[in-house]
Amino acid sequence: MTDQSVRPVPAPGASPVPNSKTGHRLPVQPGEVLDRSRLLRFRWNGREHTGHPGDTIVSALAADGVRVFSRSFKYHRPRGVLTASYHDPGTTLQVDDEPNVRAGHRLLADGMVVSSQNTWPSLRFDVKSVNQLAGRFLSAGFYYKTFMSPSWLWPTYEHVLARFAHGGQVGPAGAGHDYRDYFDKRYAHPDVLVAGGGPAGMAAAVAAAAAGARVLLVDEDHQLGGHLRWGDAAELAALAQLRAEVAAGAADGRIEVLTDAAVLGRYDENWLAVVQRGVPGVRGLPGVPERLVKARAGVLLVAPGLIERPYVFAGNDVPGVLLSTAVRRLVNLWAVRPGERAVVFTANSAGDAAAADLRRVGVEVAEVVDARRGQDVVRVHGHSSVRAVELADGRRIEADLLVTATGWTAPTALLNMAGDRPVYSPRAARFLPGGGYGADVMVAGGLAGDGSRDELVGHARAVGAEAARRALRHRAARLALLPTRAEPPTRVEPPARAEPPTGTDQTPPTESIPELPELPELADLPELPELPVGEHPALFRGRTHGMVDFSEDVSSKDIHAAAREGYDSVELVKRYTTATMGPAQGKLETVNTVAVLAEATGRTIAETGTTTWRPMHVPVTLGALAGRIFEPVRHSPMQPWHASHGAHPLVAGQWIRPEHYGDPVSEVRAVRERVGIIDVTPIGKLDLRGPDVPALLNLLYVNKWSKLGIGRVRYGVMCAEDGVVFDDGVTGRLGQDHYLMSTTSSGAGAVWEWVENWLQTERPPAGLTRWRVHVTPVTTAYASINVAGPRSRELLGRLTDVDLSPEAFEYMNVRTGRVAGVDDCVLWRIGFTGELSYELHVPAGHGPHVWEALLEHGADLGVAPFGVEAQRILRLEKGHLIVGQDTDGLTGAYSAGLDWAVKLDKPDFVGRPELAWQHERDRRTPSGPRLVGLAPVDPAVVPEEASQIVADGNRIIGRITSSRMSPTLGRAVCLAQLDVSLAAPGTEVTVRLRAGGDTRARVTEHLAAVDPDGERQRVVSAGPVGPCREFSPPAPVSPVRLAGVARGAGRVGLTSGRASPAGARGDVGQVRLTDESALAKALVRAAVDGPVSTALGTRFGRAARDADGALVVGSAPGEWLVLSAGSGSAGTDSAATEKLLARLVGLEDLVSVVDATHGRALLRLTGPRAADLLAKVCAIDLADDATPDGAALCTSTAKLVTGLVRDDMDGTPSYLVHCERSSGQYLCDALLDAGAEFGINTAG
Amino acid sequence: MIQLPCPWCGPRNVSEFRHVGEAVPRPEPAVATPEQWRSYLYLRRNTRGWTEETWYHSAGCRRYFRLSRDTVSNQTRAAGGAPR
Repeated sequence: MTDQSVRPVPAPGASPVPNSKTGHRLPVQPGEVLDRSRLLRFRWNGREHTGHPGDTIVSALAADGVRVFSRSFKYHRPRGVLTASYHDPGTTLQVDDEPNVRAGHRLLADGMVVSSQNTWPSLRFDVKSVNQLAGRFLSAGFYYKTFMSPSWLWPTYEHVLARFAHGGQVGPAGAGHDYRDYFDKRYAHPDVLVAGGGPAGMAAAVAAAAAGARVLLVDEDHQLGGHLRWGDAAELAALAQLRAEVAAGAADGRIEVLTDAAVLGRYDENWLAVVQRGVPGVRGLPGVPERLVKARAGVLLVAPGLIERPYVFAGNDVPGVLLSTAVRRLVNLWAVRPGERAVVFTANSAGDAAAADLRRVGVEVAEVVDARRGQDVVRVHGHSSVRAVELADGRRIEADLLVTATGWTAPTALLNMAGDRPVYSPRAARFLPGGGYGADVMVAGGLAGDGSRDELVGHARAVGAEAARRALRHRAARLALLPTRAEPPTRVEPPARAEPPTGTDQTPPTESIPELPELPELADLPELPELPVGEHPALFRGRTHGMVDFSEDVSSKDIHAAAREGYDSVELVKRYTTATMGPAQGKLETVNTVAVLAEATGRTIAETGTTTWRPMHVPVTLGALAGRIFEPVRHSPMQPWHASHGAHPLVAGQWIRPEHYGDPVSEVRAVRERVGIIDVTPIGKLDLRGPDVPALLNLLYVNKWSKLGIGRVRYGVMCAEDGVVFDDGVTGRLGQDHYLMSTTSSGAGAVWEWVENWLQTERPPAGLTRWRVHVTPVTTAYASINVAGPRSRELLGRLTDVDLSPEAFEYMNVRTGRVAGVDDCVLWRIGFTGELSYELHVPAGHGPHVWEALLEHGADLGVAPFGVEAQRILRLEKGHLIVGQDTDGLTGAYSAGLDWAVKLDKPDFVGRPELAWQHERDRRTPSGPRLVGLAPVDPAVVPEEASQIVADGNRIIGRITSSRMSPTLGRAVCLAQLDVSLAAPGTEVTVRLRAGGDTRARVTEHLAAVDPDGERQRVVSAGPVGPCREFSPPAPVSPVRLAGVARGAGRVGLTSGRASPAGARGDVGQVRLTDESALAKALVRAAVDGPVSTALGTRFGRAARDADGALVVGSAPGEWLVLSAGSGSAGTDSAATEKLLARLVGLEDLVSVVDATHGRALLRLTGPRAADLLAKVCAIDLADDATPDGAALCTSTAKLVTGLVRDDMDGTPSYLVHCERSSGQYLCDALLDAGAEFGINTAG
Repeated sequence: MIQLPCPWCGPRNVSEFRHVGEAVPRPEPAVATPEQWRSYLYLRRNTRGWTEETWYHSAGCRRYFRLSRDTVSNQTRAAGGAPR
């Protein structure tokens, strides 16, 4: 079937024009962007077409004579080219399986399959065009008035309306296209970001770079140049000149150019989102559709040019009606003849130039209708193509092309996002910037005013130079505040203070906070040359009604009707008619909408005003915004063993833990009858040192801690200031001033922040001027293994020579010693499962060795690993509560059954006031919930957790908080929160089951169902065990495995199972990643600027090597990370720490040295592109002046808190990146993923 | 995304910090009435304009610090007094 979308229009008396299929490509044009030496083949609605590299899809089809590209949204009217640009409303097409492609911008590629969207059965004959007959009933807002009743027809209405929804098609994943494409992201820190790469943008960028600024130049099109690209010979020459200047700046590295990229929005303080659509430089990563660049710019320079506006009249959307810029683009860029016989309606020089271009290439210009002389176009005749144009003087001109040039719209959106409101200029017939933006935003080019090309370019150069000046001054002020530079940071003078501070020894600077330099008032800044604003006739709507919003099918008649219905403000009209709410977001429609509304309501355009522009400025895919999905994952060192032994993984927060190994019930039996081991590494552990630790524990826990002896352990409960249970755990005293606190796994981070909050900001206890306590998180420094069961002592006796006799090692005690050949282990005798148990804390790198040693040497004892599920069952049988599971955000200590722990005779502790008042109230009238044990009357019933407990039918009086079937007892065991009035043991209550129906349950005597007297874990006498077996000192395991990591995967951290392209074909050797986790590391804590600081020779923010070659890093205020020289090997860990401690102790009254060898994962990135790699995962400015060699800082990298140290090696940039151990593999994966683009290698 | 001037690290994106809250003086627990205590727990002035608040640099130096901030414009400046 031939494509009859073009009907050749013979001029009166002339012979018929040649066949449309071949005759629309012009000979070579001076400014064309085509590579005619190559031919590209593609399909359009099933038929073969050809084009050249440099063609857009639309230009290639137009060269083949195609005129109709789509059907409109509501009325399904045929539509063709209007603007020949990204925003063209009529050329949104389906390309392969990508819907909604802007074919007026998308470059043609070989083999593309292109089709029209939402047309049936074909573009030419679209059944839904029947909508046009119903046009009267489909006016704006019709869906507010129709398809409402009867309501039982709604499913039918939905079904019908769904078929009329407009858009392309997305195939299901796997049907030939995998939508887990790699969407990239990076950060940038330009001094000046220039939005717009036309003549003004290029000139401003060059001037800013010449003035010393780092410039990022962004342009939506595929080449820089703006309107110069389709200009005359003089304009092409000027284009070449400007392009050469930009290229010189780019070669020096002062200007970075992003083409096919757009600024999406401006956020606070020039935080700018840029989407880069064609990503040319990412080799080795096929299928990177878009990259998001998040930039913090010193100055945003907006130079987007002007967008041509359509004219509103009857038939203005018929294919063949084009804007003058569309015609000039088609002719000059892509050598396409847009028609045979044209009428040109012009009101400005662009229209005149279009007419000249048409004549030059042999198109007959039948008539030039000049608006400046009062002439006008009334309507266009034709349906799927222009046939004739009717003028105001009554004449009817036969033509197949109507060119309009009726005015310009200023795209002020980015300025509006900066707080500006545009101002209408009747003289220029367009909106202009209102000047309401701050000094960090500037304007150049057509947006700022009119003038000759030289005037605009000269103005732009001046603006660019001033932008650089402001940006560099701002940058200098920021650099002075950074602690990472060789010069110490400056501080702002503090305001006078009323009273002396009572802060801690680490108070800084709340009195001397560095201030970001305030933006100067515009009036105080030097004068910039002003551009004149030229005159332009005000042409919006002609004498007839036509399309105002082409994408939404909103006509001027609709706007008049809406105004008559009372929607007479521009905000209401926008939302009611949906005008300006389409893909172009008002760039083509806003001014006409405002003008038509103004005439409908008898107001001026200025009085009517505009709506608000918000991000996103241009369309962007959700994938680009999602970017690389960073989700930190934490593993225990034994996780590889669990994974290879059938562990069913449980995701608990960020941790991956084994839930069970196949049969949790048998695991429970193993613990009750023999011995089991569980990996409890996620348990929070805090190392506390200093003379004031007991005072701190007394403050934070509800019970008493002053008399805890060395080697003893106590269970503690922490409440918040409102008396609600916040966390619980055991704390043990390891030495005179040395304690180890454990917390719940999920509360580890929160408790550490809680403790630091009290130490840093709260008044120390009476009698002390400051807290003498150092708190260091060691959660991941230790691998923790709980060995539980009647035979646990026997098993442990084979691995350690610590005296395990019940007399020497009582219940609730802690010892240190060697286990399985590993020194510096901590052994706790505590209970959670209710059996005799020992919890081992092993330096993490040796965790796998000890784990496997336990299994090997306990095989004859029947040892078995058990997981979280079995532990839940075991602790539930013993009635041990879990904070957050059996308590909630309102559960106070008394409600949780922790009366025995609360010591109200302590003078002050967190939560005391509320607890004391509740205690008073309870003495008079007990109220509120209590934690009780429940046993279902029917032993086979296991109520689901969160089942409600009801009384009198539907009144809720409690809920089940924990529930499991107990293998030991053969019935369900439950914990529940229950109103105190029914909490007496023996009371029967009704439980409403989730599946429906009720069951009865009885309150038990004790919370514990198994062994309520706790005899099994307090074994007081037993025979000898051991002897301890021989173990050679093991080698520690690194937290990082470099080999076999999936790169380029869609999801970092979780295995995606998707192989990367075999070998990244990127620049080989641009970055190298090495694992230095084995280095001995020590964490020193002391006063910020005391004798220790002087002895170490480094302040916060800097790193330097000391006399022994160790790298001393000022990693936090009052904290130093010391990395030993040498490769680091087993046995040197505590030796290095001891040596350091010996050197420093005694210099101050409180110095701590905590070994961090096992607790930190450490990676090194070396190579010329190392900073570029980090810029993809880290928002810190890594330029040489902000982060020089020797800089140390802590920030977020791929959503993980990491330390960063710049430690160049022989002049090559090199960075140490470290994080807490359990996320080491995730960090490595994230860096390898980011480095694929640079050909990252992991050679040792 | 606004930036906050960490007193130790310099200006950083606000996403690196945790907002602890409006700086409210802690009453003496021994003598406070329930009304005073609960006012300290739950009531805040929530000013439109300059307010004193505490922030924690969770992804950086891990220090708590006080700041004055204009809740309308998000300008920041040094706090007016001692921490709590």
